Formats: sequence, structure tokens, C-alpha cells
Amino acid sequence: MADWPRYRDDAPVNEPAVTLEAFLEQPEAVAVRIEPGADVRELVPHLARLKLIEVGFPAFKDGRGYSAARILREEGYQGELRAEGDVLLDQLGFMRRCGFDSFAPAEPIEAAKAEAAMDRWPHHYQKDAVGTVPVWAKRHG
Amino acid sequence: MATMYQYDQYDQQMVDARVAEFRDQVDRRLSGELTEEQFTPLRLMNGLYLQLHAYMLRVAVPYGTLSSQQMRMLAEIARKYDKGYGHFTTRQNIQYNWIQLKDAPDILDDLATVEMHAIQTSGNCIRNISSDQYAGVAADEVCDPRPYAELLRQWSSFHPEFSFLPRKFKIAVIASPGDRAAMRLHDIGIEMVRSEAGELGAKFFAGGGMGRTPMIAPCVREFVPVDELVSYSEAILRVYNRWGRRDNKYKARIKILVHETGADEFRRQVEEEYERMQPLDLDPPRAELERIEAFFAPPAYERLEDGYDTDDPDFRLWAQANVTAHKVPGYAAAAISLKPVGGIPGDASAEQMDIVADLAQRYSLDEVRVTHAQNLILPNVKQADLHALWQELEAAGLGTPNLDLASDIIACPGLDYCSLANARSIPVAQKLSQRLSGRERDLGELKIKISGCINACGHHHAGHIGILGVDRKGVENYQLLLGGSGAEDVSLAKITGPGFDEDGVVDAVETVTNLYLEQREEGERFVDTYRRLGMAPFKEALYG
Repeated sequence: MADWPRYRDDAPVNEPAVTLEAFLEQPEAVAVRIEPGADVRELVPHLARLKLIEVGFPAFKDGRGYSAARILREEGYQGELRAEGDVLLDQLGFMRRCGFDSFAPAEPIEAAKAEAAMDRWPHHYQKDAVGTVPVWAKRHG
Repeated sequence: MATMYQYDQYDQQMVDARVAEFRDQVDRRLSGELTEEQFTPLRLMNGLYLQLHAYMLRVAVPYGTLSSQQMRMLAEIARKYDKGYGHFTTRQNIQYNWIQLKDAPDILDDLATVEMHAIQTSGNCIRNISSDQYAGVAADEVCDPRPYAELLRQWSSFHPEFSFLPRKFKIAVIASPGDRAAMRLHDIGIEMVRSEAGELGAKFFAGGGMGRTPMIAPCVREFVPVDELVSYSEAILRVYNRWGRRDNKYKARIKILVHETGADEFRRQVEEEYERMQPLDLDPPRAELERIEAFFAPPAYERLEDGYDTDDPDFRLWAQANVTAHKVPGYAAAAISLKPVGGIPGDASAEQMDIVADLAQRYSLDEVRVTHAQNLILPNVKQADLHALWQELEAAGLGTPNLDLASDIIACPGLDYCSLANARSIPVAQKLSQRLSGRERDLGELKIKISGCINACGHHHAGHIGILGVDRKGVENYQLLLGGSGAEDVSLAKITGPGFDEDGVVDAVETVTNLYLEQREEGERFVDTYRRLGMAPFKEALYG
């Protein structure tokens, strides 16, 4: 677990992530796992007590998890947001910008390569979940 | 210098970074580090397809505008990396059909030197944004639509949330009541409009498309203020990314979501997201819009009078068919047909591209446009120069006088190139143009569109006459459709009945055009006569 690319200073959450259904029935649960088809807005009333939200990517081509992450960050979620599953090198940068701050790839990714992929882009055209200054803001100060 | 967007350091660095990233991805694929399955979506987002015989590279021509320098580079790439040809597409792009994987990063490098790229020209992401080929010169436009297409080009490039959509996503931006971009057959269609108070904004349509389930996009919002184009687009894309179907690739386009959800409920969901996005300030400031708009300020036109000499009968034929009115007196927009009789629709040789670049420089204030009907436009020609221009086009084999006539056929590459096709399209287009060109002036405006499979890249649903190639027990078979339109009178064509073989469908088209000539009333185009009479008499003539 220590090898996972993680972009947080706090200690990793070790409690098991339960399903959304189970989470909604367990007032003491602090970690939940979201599958692609779920409506992540069901979590909004509970964000304050959540420490870990794990978003599953069963197939890297299924991009629903990107919207799930951004919605959670837009709603003010501050805890760990983990992308788990078919998480590949070339998707890390997009995931990071959508608000994921930890990764549990099914196939390990070398840390150096992950860093290089994250630093690939000198600029970004859009605002995002991590406070990027978009190109249009750089242009106009 | 052409009237067009110019990259600044940021745009250039982004394109350069993309080339470096792709070079790395190709290296990892060639070394085996990436599997073909992992590599496929990466190469697709750089416009690289694996076709029947080789890789095909699709290069973006943002909203169809090219400078002469860019056109020369397209010619150079055709010579250096392909077999000396390029193929202009129905989304204003250009494709090269004979590319080696190892060369692709070098091609992207070459393109980057003239502010071009292949970013998001394929794959399940937001594609190159198309527009009106007469943008900036059309008399009926409320503004030049291209600044807003450029704004959305930048917003959609490498979008972190919308790079793995359920399916591809196509946007068109126009700014006039006349639709020359098949706007309502796009995933999002945007028509720039002015409110009653005179404010600039956009009318949004969503959920149009062709393919196996053609749909005309309903309006989802009558007016989006010009400062909120990005956030409203973001709201539509988020609803689609979350709820678009992913269980079946043939039901994954936004048109199916809008259809199954219902336009009213879809609109409600988009409004809800749009509302939520307001506090996020996703839209660039007015100063950024003004910065982009300034690139498209009208060029320095001379003060001229309308009118030119058409005594030369061959020139007159060409001028009548291919020359379009311009908003500035004394100027005209001239179409260069890429549909010579018996030729391959949309193909241009490297030599022809160089000639077009040269003509654009000398006669058209350095600008060329690509049309969705696979032709080229010189948008800024002095009327007094039209005759000299025509003579040079004639000499280069580019003077075919057939814009919007029967031999100006849209056709997909078909089974000659495409791995998806069921039937050939190009030979049918060639035979039809040979059959009909002799009387096409009498037939008037007639849009024939041919697809080699149900994916409808040849826009057969939107043809006044559409042809769809299918595979029937291993034999190519062609269905005939009538009554479609991709223009402001948008409609979907209907199948006449049982299909035909290759020669049979050519005969069938002749049969329906004969019926039109017999039955037409004063001023009616083919499609008008069809709409008045309905399918029955055409069916009767075809199947007796």
C-alpha cells in the first residue's frame, strides 16, 4: 500500500471501503466504494464524516469516475479520493485534475513514470478540482 | 496574413507537449510496453486509425479554416509520408490513408510548426469543432462564429473530465439562419443569435446525429449568454458522461440518451448542472473572448463595386454554380470543387494543394476553407479577379462547375479503405457523376450522399438522395433513400424499398430524377417535389 502513488500528507485510511448501499445504512462507516453506475450525489449529505472514497474503474475506458470525482470535490469533500482498478499511466494526469489524490492501480505503475506523466503538460485550458490556473487566466493576469 | 486565430506561447507549448507525449506513447507501443488495447484509445485521441491497408491519420482543420502556409504543409505531408494525396472529410478535416506508425510523431511535429495538430480527431472525446465554411463572409450571419468555435476548441482540448466519454462527441457552431454545417445533426449544435435586447448569445441544440439511428437535435436552450458558452457546454457534457449508455456502443451517443430520457427531462437535468456550476466560474472572462474575436476582425477589404464580366460561356457556367455572394461589395467566395466527374470525392493531390495555397495567397487574402461537403472555398476573392482565378483552376483540373449539383457527391471512403465498411462508396459516386453530370444544370440543386455502411460517414440520411451500402449475403447491395437534408430545412431521408446492385442503384437514381423532371413545379428543387408528392410515386417508378 505504501507503493501507491498518493498525494496526501495524512495517514492512509485503513478501514475497508463498503458499498454505497451498505454505507448509507451504517452511520459509523467512514470509507465507501463507488461503482461507475452509482449516483455519487447520494453521498453529499454524508461528506463530513467520510475519510475515504474509493472510485472503481473496472475498465479504463469507462470515464464516469472522472465526473464522480469532480462532483465530490465541488461539493466540498476533503478526504482521500482514490482511483482503484484499471488505472493506467496515461490517465493519471486527468484523474489528478478531477480531484483524485490516491491511486490503486491493478497493475503497478513506477513512481518515476507517474511523476513524469503528471508533469507532462506545461499548462491547462480548463479550471479543475485542484486549483489549476487555466491558460485564459494566465493570459489575463 | 490570413484572418485566423494565431497561437500564443501557451497554445504552442500545449501542442508541442502533445507531440512529445505521443512520441513516448508510440515508443512504448513499439517496445511492447503498451498493449494494442491500451494503445488504441491513445492513438485515436491523436487521430490515428488502423485501416484495411495501413494507418490513417486524420488532421484537424479547426472550423475548416486554413492559411496558405498550412495548406502547403498539408501538401508536403502528402508527398513525404503518404502517396501524394490527401482526403478532405465531411467534418472539414483531412485524412491521409497510407501512414506508417513510426512516422506519425514526425508528422505531428511538422504540423506543430504551422500551428496544426491531430488532437481529438477521433476517439470517445470531444472532436474537432466544425463551422460554416462561409463564416466571416456570409451576408446572413449575425457574427463570425469562429471565435466561439475556437473558445470551445481550447476548452475541449485535453479536458480532464471528458476524455473518456461513452462515445465520440461532435460540436458544430454556426451564426446564421442558413445552415451550411449540418448543425442539427451534431451531438451539440450551436447557433449564435442575438436576443431582442441585441445581446450576443447562443441557441443550443443537443442529441442530433446520423449513424444507425439518425436523430435531429432538439433545442435545449433558446439563449445562453455568450459569456457562458463553456459552462453550459460543460453541463451538457457532464449529464452525458454520467448517464449516457455504455452497455452497447451503438446506443452510446448522446442522441440515444436525449431520446430515451426525453428532451424535457434531459433539459431539466442540464439546467440543474448548469445552476450548480454557476459558482465555479468556469467561463473565461470577456477579455479572453475579445482577445480571440480580435483575430477574426475583417481583413482590409478594398472599396469596390459589385459586378463582373461573364461573356465567356464556360466561365459563366462555373461562376453560376461555384461563386457565392460576399458581405463586402466587389468580393465573392469561390468554391473549388473536389468532385471532378468520375473522380474520388474529396481527394486532392499534393500538387493541387500547393496550387490552392498559391491561389489563396494571390486571390483570397491568404485564406482557404474546407466544407463539410468535401470541397474547398476561397472566401475573399475580388469579383474582378474571378475570371483569372477560374482560368488557373481550369488548368489545374480544379475548375469543375458543380457546387451543390448532382455530381457534387459526398461519399465516405467505403470498402476501398475503411475496415468498417460493408460496400464500396467511391465507385458508385464515380458512376453516378458520370451518369448525371450532363444534365445536372437542368436538375438544379441536388445533394447526393453515399455511405458504405450503416455508420453513415457519407451522410446518406441527410441526402436529398441518399445511398447506403450494405452487405447482403456477401454481395454489395445499395439501399436508396429520398428526402433528407442537412441544411436549415433539416430532415431525415426515408428508404424507398428493396436495395439494388451497383449498376442498379445508378439506374434507380436516374429513374427518380426523371420523375422529378416530369413532375416538378416552377422553382422546385428535387427535394421540394419529393416533399410535395411523397414517396408513393417514386416507389411506383422504381418498383412498378
